[in-house]
Amino acid sequence: MNIEKKENGNEITLMLAGRLDTTTAPQLEEKINENMEGAETMILDFKELEYLSSAGLRVLLGTHKTFMKRGKGGLVIRHVNETIHEVFEVTGFLDILNVE
Amino acid sequence: MKELTVDATLESIPAITDFVDEQLEQFGCPMKAQAQIDIAIDELFSNIARYAYHPGVGPATVRVEVIEAPLSVVITFIDQGVPYDPLSQADPDVTLSAEERELGGLGIYIVKKNMSEITYEYKDGRNILRIRKEL
Repeated sequence: MNIEKKENGNEITLMLAGRLDTTTAPQLEEKINENMEGAETMILDFKELEYLSSAGLRVLLGTHKTFMKRGKGGLVIRHVNETIHEVFEVTGFLDILNVE
Repeated sequence: MKELTVDATLESIPAITDFVDEQLEQFGCPMKAQAQIDIAIDELFSNIARYAYHPGVGPATVRVEVIEAPLSVVITFIDQGVPYDPLSQADPDVTLSAEERELGGLGIYIVKKNMSEITYEYKDGRNILRIRKEL
């Protein structure tokens, strides 16, 4: 998986490409943690992401919870493909996460 | 039928995924079904890697077959580790809020939802876990 970062003030966008699974999820977690401090909004752009597994869901939920504890800002997920959308749907994550 | 035997470790997941994808591409499997099968591999093989031979390491075999009537891809995972039926896990409650969420069991649940069939048997000292995806 490749992660490209874009910064716009306190809005951080991470553009993911490839597979978000057991072997790559730690890479995303690390990247998010590196950027959480200054981030008001963390946007994850899934345009080039092929799929994610439950290991990816774990990182997304953890990040979402961190924002909830802070009480401001949030995680936004953009450009999900059909396969990923279905994973969010069957796991109930569509109701938890902000998926645009 | 093609098969690959590797060490049952998390590091083997990319090799297993590439091997299966190569077979599926030759067969002209639709991209979406391929992605769903790849997710299933990640969920199931990561379980085998973590628990089958813990704390040691042992072999796992992944077999890919295409069957007719109805046209399906069948992937079989075989290991000689401790007997473990992943289907014995209760389905998670997917209606809970973020605070109440526990992530255990979510992986196998995704596999159940994405595959047409999933079966498990323990036979001759081997865990045999099989998924079938109808195309």
